[in-house]
Amino acid sequence: MLASKVSVLRNFSAIGARFNSTLVIAEHDDAKLSGITLNAITAAQKLNQDISVLVAGASSAKVAEEVSKIANVKRVLVAQDDKLKAQLPERVSETVVAAQKQFNFTHILAGASSFGRGLIPRVAAQLDVSPISEITTVHSTDTFSRPTYAGNAIAKVKSSAAIKVFTVRGTAFEQAASSGGSAATEQSPIGDVKTDLSEFLGQELVKSDRPDLGSAKIIISGGRGLKSGDNFKLLYELADKLGAAVGASRAAVDAGFVANDLQIGQTGKIVAPELYIAVGISGAIQHIAGMKDSKIIVAINKDKEAPIFQIADYGLVADLFKAVPEITAALK
Amino acid sequence: MKVLVGVKRVVDYAVKVRVRPDKKGVITDNVQHSMNPFDEIALEEAVKLKEAKKAKEIVAVSFGPAKAQETLRTALAKGADKAIHIEVDAKTAEKLEPFHVAKALAKIAKDDNYDAVFVGKQAIDDDANQTGQLIAGFLNWPQATFASKVEVDGKALKVTREIDGGLDTVKVNLPAVLSADLRLNEPRYATLPNIMKAKKKPLEKKTPKDLGIDLTSQTEVLEVSEPPARTGGEFVEDVNALLAKLREKGAIP
Repeated sequence: MLASKVSVLRNFSAIGARFNSTLVIAEHDDAKLSGITLNAITAAQKLNQDISVLVAGASSAKVAEEVSKIANVKRVLVAQDDKLKAQLPERVSETVVAAQKQFNFTHILAGASSFGRGLIPRVAAQLDVSPISEITTVHSTDTFSRPTYAGNAIAKVKSSAAIKVFTVRGTAFEQAASSGGSAATEQSPIGDVKTDLSEFLGQELVKSDRPDLGSAKIIISGGRGLKSGDNFKLLYELADKLGAAVGASRAAVDAGFVANDLQIGQTGKIVAPELYIAVGISGAIQHIAGMKDSKIIVAINKDKEAPIFQIADYGLVADLFKAVPEITAALK
Repeated sequence: MKVLVGVKRVVDYAVKVRVRPDKKGVITDNVQHSMNPFDEIALEEAVKLKEAKKAKEIVAVSFGPAKAQETLRTALAKGADKAIHIEVDAKTAEKLEPFHVAKALAKIAKDDNYDAVFVGKQAIDDDANQTGQLIAGFLNWPQATFASKVEVDGKALKVTREIDGGLDTVKVNLPAVLSADLRLNEPRYATLPNIMKAKKKPLEKKTPKDLGIDLTSQTEVLEVSEPPARTGGEFVEDVNALLAKLREKGAIP
């Protein structure tokens, strides 16, 4: 009797599992999958549901093949059309909505990158549900945590939206293994894509041989204390020695020392490397929001009272123009 | 071009917020508030377009409690022609989601034939970064998010956007929604004469009901907590001591 009850319950949960399913929107450049999609897939796994990944683009076949090998991905949906070139949100959102109509997902998510942040709320509006931004914890299928007030308050929220549509903070989840999976590939409808709303004119990406800020194990960041763009070469030399990425505070970006895309903070990139070395950075709330989850934080600053020292594991009160070359030399 | 600019009253960016003892939110009573910095930038861009004779009318809108009017007066002092206050009581305001705000702004933009809606890319309180995209989605207008440069190109905007690896440029046909990034411009200060003049500018009041907006919550905040605190660190004597510590931890070779 008891056994039969258990089996009935099992059947129910099996049916439930079939009806609940998750769609992850892949971010890519038609050649390679972006790393944050792997973090998003790990977040999706925490929902314990079948995972489908949508690859929408002008030539998405190659990326779709890459995605089909990711562990725990059940199905790859491929939407390939010239109209989806550069993946403008006005167009990709139509594809997502069309896929949703066909497959009825309970959860739709993407990494909280500029691509995901641009796309996901638009999709939510089209599905008439309230989205959730940049979750850092999955508690259950409807309950998540996310940082607010520049990371100074963590809100645990419960969504009653008919479809949970959200972005995932990449640094809060490990990357899913990029091999070991064998997902089935299916065509996805591209939807009612209109081309008269917007047009992609071009892009100017900053080229660098150093690792990407999002995936670097070590990051060396410079602030106002560097005094000029030229002086950043001190950080580049040290970074090259350590295989590190170089970041910056808003002050350094605003002063024109480095490009905007290096900015770390509430309104720039959120990073969580093994080692973060803050050089000539005072440690404003907005900067700390972007790096306080780093494993080890080192601060080098000549002002002993700088707030950065309150969160640094190791603080060195010194003139950076002397200390940084010394470190570089010591690593030779 | 007629531009609607969304402005939000938030806890000032320089304030270190504290979580309420009952864990229902953060302490906002007797705390300095001001206009969300990204909204100041969105407004500045609209006012600059007006000064360049590319925009005809700038209307600032805020959805919130009575105090949101202070933010709207600031917007008027900085160059908005008119303000709209969608008023709710403080308790309701606490539960507002970008979803509701976007619905209201989309409704106004559509009913009153605006050519563009400008908002900040995110509010520094909820850090959601949703409202602009939601408005665009509700209206099926194109969106130019994280804008760092805007040019009017006939019936379109040519917008340079800040993206992860650098910049990209899109052309969005009007009507469109734009969200402002930090680098778009340097907002002006409101001068005393302009603050005085702003008091005479029109401020229209609306209610969510006037706009037919359903304020049912879809996202319930169960608990707000402090982030885990970092354990106190130590000062090191010199570069060698620092490197020794990092080697000991295996952080560097």
